[in-house]
Amino acid sequence: MPTYRDEAVVLRTHKLGEADRIVTLLTRGHGKVRAVAKGVRRTASKFGARLEPFMVADVQLYEGRSLDIVTQAESLGSYGADIAADYASYTSANAMVETADRLTEAEGSSQQYLLLIGALRSLSRGEHEASLTLDSYLLRALSLAGWAPSFDTCSRCGTAGEHTAIVVQLGGVVCSDCAPPGAPRVGREVIDLLSALLRGDWTVADATDASTRSKASGVVAAYTQWHLERGLRSLPYVARTGESA
Amino acid sequence: MYEGVVQDLIDELGRLPGVGPKSAQRIAFYILQTETYDPSHLADVLTTVRDKVRFCEICGNVTEQTTCSICRDPRRDQTLICVVEEAKDVVAIERTREFRGLYHVLGGAISPIQGVGPDQLRIRQLMTRLADATVSEIIIATNPNVEGEATAAYLSRLLQAMEVRVTRLASGLPVGGDLEYADEVTLGRAFEGRRLVG
Ligand SMILES: [Zn+2]
Ligand SMILES: [Zn+2]
Repeated sequence: MPTYRDEAVVLRTHKLGEADRIVTLLTRGHGKVRAVAKGVRRTASKFGARLEPFMVADVQLYEGRSLDIVTQAESLGSYGADIAADYASYTSANAMVETADRLTEAEGSSQQYLLLIGALRSLSRGEHEASLTLDSYLLRALSLAGWAPSFDTCSRCGTAGEHTAIVVQLGGVVCSDCAPPGAPRVGREVIDLLSALLRGDWTVADATDASTRSKASGVVAAYTQWHLERGLRSLPYVARTGESA
Repeated sequence: MYEGVVQDLIDELGRLPGVGPKSAQRIAFYILQTETYDPSHLADVLTTVRDKVRFCEICGNVTEQTTCSICRDPRRDQTLICVVEEAKDVVAIERTREFRGLYHVLGGAISPIQGVGPDQLRIRQLMTRLADATVSEIIIATNPNVEGEATAAYLSRLLQAMEVRVTRLASGLPVGGDLEYADEVTLGRAFEGRRLVG
């Protein structure tokens, strides 16, 4: 039987023909899948809303020659509406799905899938400030892809200490001996926030102030853009702390 | 693969949105084989459309003059502006005969993953139109999907600071669909039942 079933999150959609869409799905067990959803732009479509960006669904797919075809979709989490209602959440969610799309270019993993749906659910519920959820997601998604940053020991020689120099190209904080001349330095509170975001320690992260968050975001953005060739298209549009609509 | 100009035609047709390789081949062979079909008319229209058609300086709708026929019509209600994503949505709403105000065509919806932010849309031009106090209500009629809702949320927050009523088409429009596919009755009802936002 050339059909299979899996849980999936919709990363992005493209219009196809008159009323169809191509949906890029990150599935739990089958990696990344590009599939055709027929007739979803028509008003009578039974699964239009279930195959929108940021939606999580139980999908049934038919293996096609070039693209698979979605034959069924049952909603498991409709995060799209709540995310779209808040601009900071929406722009953050865009950066998340673009990152997931790029990190799973070769192969997807169930861990990347679970990390992404957890982050989207958190965004939709407004559990934390959107940019904190995004930054935590980025650090952890890059770690799963094999690029875990270090915010405690020197990322070059492994020396422990209260390092404040950060070199994204070297993988995180570096000690005074390893720091190249003119290496950027940040306050300890920024390092503490980055470390909390990487661990998922929300008690520490939620207690930080706007200026610390903004500096940490700068580090996370630089780290992300360094590891993802060509950079992320959506990252410059993310509405950050203190910015209005 | 076909030889020479036949393949050129198929390739050229295939570059158009919504035309797959099979449709391109079907259209190409229709043009080749149908003796009663005169392709010179299509060729004329194609060459003149880019020269003649432009976007209305006020609302962004398509027109052959500097402003569109709706913006020029003094009988239209100057106090209402309906904001849509594309010019084809203007056509869909006009069909309902439910709306007698003016339009503002954004030129798309906010989609960071596709490199479209607020600055790539005609949002600044919309704000300019609100400078004098003529407009009393903005009706946001972006598509009922994630990008359209996000654009609506962005606009309503931006418009909060202005002395203007902001409304959104009533739900009832199928979520995930395109506005252009909504039937006239449903779209008309969505206008009547529009709700205040912000
Ligand atoms: Zn060192
Ligand atoms: Zn006009």
